[in-house]
Amino acid sequence: MTHATDRFRRAGIAAFALTFLAGPALAEGEVNIYSYRQPDLIKPLLDAFTDQTGITTNVLFLNKGLEEKIEAEGVNSPADLIFTVDIGRLSNAKEKGITQPVSDEAINANIPGQYRDPDGHWFGLTTRGRVVYASKDRVGQDAITYEELADPKWKGRICIRSGQHAYNLALFASMIAHHGEDYTKTWLTGLKNNLARKPDGGDRTQAKAIYAGECDIGIGNTYYVGLMQTNEKEPEQKDWANAIKILFPNTEDRGTHVNISGMALAKHAPNKDNALKLMEFLASPQGQEIYAEQVFEYPIGPGTEPAAIVKAFGDIKPDPLPLDEIANNRKAASELVDTTGFQDGPAS
Amino acid sequence: MTVQTAPHDMIASAPVARRDRHLAALLPAIVIAALAVLPIAIVIGIALTGSGEDWPHLVNNVLPGAAATTLALLAMVAVGTASIGVTCAWLVVAYDFPMRRILAWALVLPLAVPPYLAAYAFGEFFLFTGPVQTALRALLGFQSARDYWFPDIRSTTGTAIVLSSVLFPYVYLTVRVVFLMQGRNIADVARTLGAAPVRVFFRILLPVARPAIIAGCALVLMETLNDIGAAEYLGVNTLTIAVFTTWLNRGSLEGAAQLSTVMLLLVLALLYAERMARRNQRFHGARATHMKARPPRVRMEGTQKWFATLAVLFPILSGFGIPAYVFCGYAIRRLEQLADPALQQAFVTTVFTAGCTALVTVAIALVLVNATRLSRTAAVGAVARLSASGYALPGTVLGLGLLFALTRLDNSVDAFARAHLGFSTGLLLSGTAAAVVIACTVRFLALAEGAIRAGLEKLPPHLDEAARSLGQTPTASARRVLFPLLKPALLTAAVLVFVDTMKELSATILLRPFGFSTLATHVYESASRGVVEDGAMAAILIILTALVPVVLLSRALMRDADATM
Repeated sequence: MTHATDRFRRAGIAAFALTFLAGPALAEGEVNIYSYRQPDLIKPLLDAFTDQTGITTNVLFLNKGLEEKIEAEGVNSPADLIFTVDIGRLSNAKEKGITQPVSDEAINANIPGQYRDPDGHWFGLTTRGRVVYASKDRVGQDAITYEELADPKWKGRICIRSGQHAYNLALFASMIAHHGEDYTKTWLTGLKNNLARKPDGGDRTQAKAIYAGECDIGIGNTYYVGLMQTNEKEPEQKDWANAIKILFPNTEDRGTHVNISGMALAKHAPNKDNALKLMEFLASPQGQEIYAEQVFEYPIGPGTEPAAIVKAFGDIKPDPLPLDEIANNRKAASELVDTTGFQDGPAS
Repeated sequence: MTVQTAPHDMIASAPVARRDRHLAALLPAIVIAALAVLPIAIVIGIALTGSGEDWPHLVNNVLPGAAATTLALLAMVAVGTASIGVTCAWLVVAYDFPMRRILAWALVLPLAVPPYLAAYAFGEFFLFTGPVQTALRALLGFQSARDYWFPDIRSTTGTAIVLSSVLFPYVYLTVRVVFLMQGRNIADVARTLGAAPVRVFFRILLPVARPAIIAGCALVLMETLNDIGAAEYLGVNTLTIAVFTTWLNRGSLEGAAQLSTVMLLLVLALLYAERMARRNQRFHGARATHMKARPPRVRMEGTQKWFATLAVLFPILSGFGIPAYVFCGYAIRRLEQLADPALQQAFVTTVFTAGCTALVTVAIALVLVNATRLSRTAAVGAVARLSASGYALPGTVLGLGLLFALTRLDNSVDAFARAHLGFSTGLLLSGTAAAVVIACTVRFLALAEGAIRAGLEKLPPHLDEAARSLGQTPTASARRVLFPLLKPALLTAAVLVFVDTMKELSATILLRPFGFSTLATHVYESASRGVVEDGAMAAILIILTALVPVVLLSRALMRDADATM
C-alpha cells in the first residue's frame, strides 16, 4: 500500500470517529453485551470480571427487538454476547440464527445439561422459581399446586400480572407441556375466574395487594421477595414482603416451574475470545456466587450456594421439564391467554 | 375574439411556468418526504411478506376486542381532550377570574408529563393500595375491596382519563389561538345582536374553532394510538398491545406489521377526515388594527369566578399535579442521585438530542409545508401526509422500520468501502446517535408540520399575493414576508418536537448505540426492574426540563396576544 492511500485511510477513519463518536471500536480488551437484563443488576459481576482480566465491558440495555437489531446489523454488529431473563428470548435468538455454538469444557462442566442448549447456542446462568405468594394471615395451608389455583375455593382471592408477560407465558407453557392444551385452557379459565381483579402491575404489585388486603394469594418470582426485604429506599416494601409467605408449588410431585436468565454468543461477535472469557467467568463458581448474591436468584452451578436471604425462602425442587419444551409451547400459551379472555379479569 | 382570448391564454400558461420555477422548492421536499416515508414503507413491506397464518387467531380472538377497545378509547380521549381544551381556552380568553393569568400558561404544563409516567402516577394514587382508597377505607372502616365500590383506573375509561389529562394541551393550544384572534370579536357581535351566551358558544364559537379542535384532536388521537406504556400499565388491550404480543410472544413480526398497517389505515382515515373538515374553513384572523378594538374580558362575580378558577385548575392538577406529587415523593428520598455522573450525562444527552431533533424537524417541516403551499398537487400533499402518519405508529414499530432501512444502507456502504477502499466504515448511521435523531425526526414530523401549517393558514393569503405582485418570487415572498410572520408557529413547532423527543422512549431504546442514555431510558431501566421509584429523579428531570420550553412558549404566545390588546 502506498504512503498516500495509507494516509487517506487514516484520515478517513479519524474523520468518521470524530464525526460520529461511535460507541466501542473493535479494539482489543472489550466485550459488548446486548442485554435484556438491567445494567445495574449485572454491574458488580462485570466489575469483578474487569478486575480479574483487564477486559472492559459495554452494556446496551434493550427491551424489545434485541434479536431483530442484531439480525439487521449483520456482519457489522458490535454485539458479542446476548443476556436474557427468559428462556423464550434465548431460543428465539437461536432460531433467528444470530448466535453461534460454543463448546467449552469449563462452561459445560459448570452448567447442568438441563439448563443449556444441546447444540451449545445458549446457557442458563441463574434460575428463578415462579411461586405462590400467600398471605400469612389469611392463607392457612403451607403447600399448594399450580393445578389447585383453578379451584373455586380461591374465587376472588388471586392476583397476578399480565398473562402475556414472559414469566406467566413460560408457566402456562409448562402447563401445556405437562397436561396438554385442552386441560390448560380449562385451568386458565378457572384461574381467571378466581382473580380478584384484572391482571396488572409487576410481581411486586401482587405482594403489595396482599399486604393491602386486595387479595390473598399472588403469583410471582422468588427474587422479588429478596428485593423487597432489602429495599432500604422504600422500607414500606419490607412490610409487603412480611405480609406474605412463599409457597413452592408442586413440591410433592413434579416440582416448581423455573425459568432461567442466560447468555448466548452472537454469531458475528467481534471480540469472540474476550466474550468466551466472560462466559467462562459467569459459569464459574466465583461468577455464579456474585450473580446469585446480587439478584437473589438460584445459581445454576450445582456447587454454588444461593444467598442467605434466598435460602431462607425454603428449599426449591425445580421441575425437570426441558426448557426447550417451554419455549416450544410459548406461542400456544400466548394464544390461550387470548382465547380465554384472561386479560379481561374475572367475569363479574 | 382575440382580445377576449388573450387573458385566457395567460391564465392557462401561468401554472406551467410556475411549475418550472417551483421545481427547486419541490425536489428537496419530495426527497425528504420519501425518506420520512421509508420506515413506514418497510413496515408495510414486512406486512406484505407475511403469510397471514396469524390472521385466523387474530380475527377470532384478538381483533374484535382490541379494535373495539381502541375505538372506544379514541372516542373518549377525543371527547375528553376537546371538552377540557375548549372550555379552558374559552374561559381564559373571554373571562376574568382569580389567578387567570397564571392558570392560562399553567394549562400547558401537562405536556411535560409522558403518558407512561402519568399512568403509573394515577395507578399509585387511585388504586386499592394508593392514598385515596387507603384514606377512604380508614375513614369509613372498610376492610377489603369487596366491601365497597370504587371506579377502577385499570379500565378503558381510566386510561382515557389518564391520556386526556396529559394530552388536552394540544387542543387547548390550537383553540386558544383561534379564540384570541377572533373569538371575542365575533362573540360580541352576536351578543349585541341579542344572542344568549350559551347560544353564542354553540352556534358561533364552536364552529369557528372547529378546524382548530380537529387539528388538536388529530394529534391527540395519534398519541393515543401510539401509546404502549399507559395501556400496558393499566392493562387495557388496545391494537398497539396486540401488535406487541403478536410480535414478541407469538414470534410473528409479519403479523405485527399487518396489524400496524391496519392502524396506519385508521390514521390515514383520521387525517383525511381532518383535511375534509378543514376544507373551506379558513378563518383568516383580523390582525393588529382590529384587535386593538377588542373589548375587555368579562369580569366574573361571586362564586361564579371561583367556579371558573376551579374548572381550569382541575385539569392542571390531574395532568400535572398528580404525576409531579407522586414522583417528587420518591425523588426527594433520592436527592443523592443528582450527583450521579450517569444521570448528569443522561440529562446532557437528552437536552442535546432533543435540541438537534427540534432544529432538524422544524427545518424539514418548513420545506415540506412550503412545497405543499407552492404546488398544491395531490401527489405532494399525499406524500406529506403519509410521512406525517408515522406519528401514530408505536415508536418501536417505526424504529424497527428505520432500523432495517439504516442498517441496510450502512452495510451497503461498508461493503463498498471494504471492497474498493480497503477499510470498513461500520455502522455509520445505525451504530451512532444519528439514528436516534433521525427516528425522532420521522416520528414527530407531524407535530412540526401541523403547527407550521396552522400558522400559515392563519395568515391572510393577500400578504403573499401582495408580495408576489410587487415582483417577489414565491420563495422570496415566503422568506421575506411569510416566515418572519410565522415565528410564533415555528417556535410552537420547535417546542412541541423538543418536548416529545425528551419524552420519547421506545424508538430511542431500540436504536441507541452503546453508552447512549437519555432520561427516559433511565426511567425505563428502573421500571423494568420493577423499581420505578429509582427512576423518579430522572422522571422529575424530564418534567422539569420539558417545563422550561413549555413555559417560555406559553408566555411568548400570551405576550403576543396581550400586546395587541
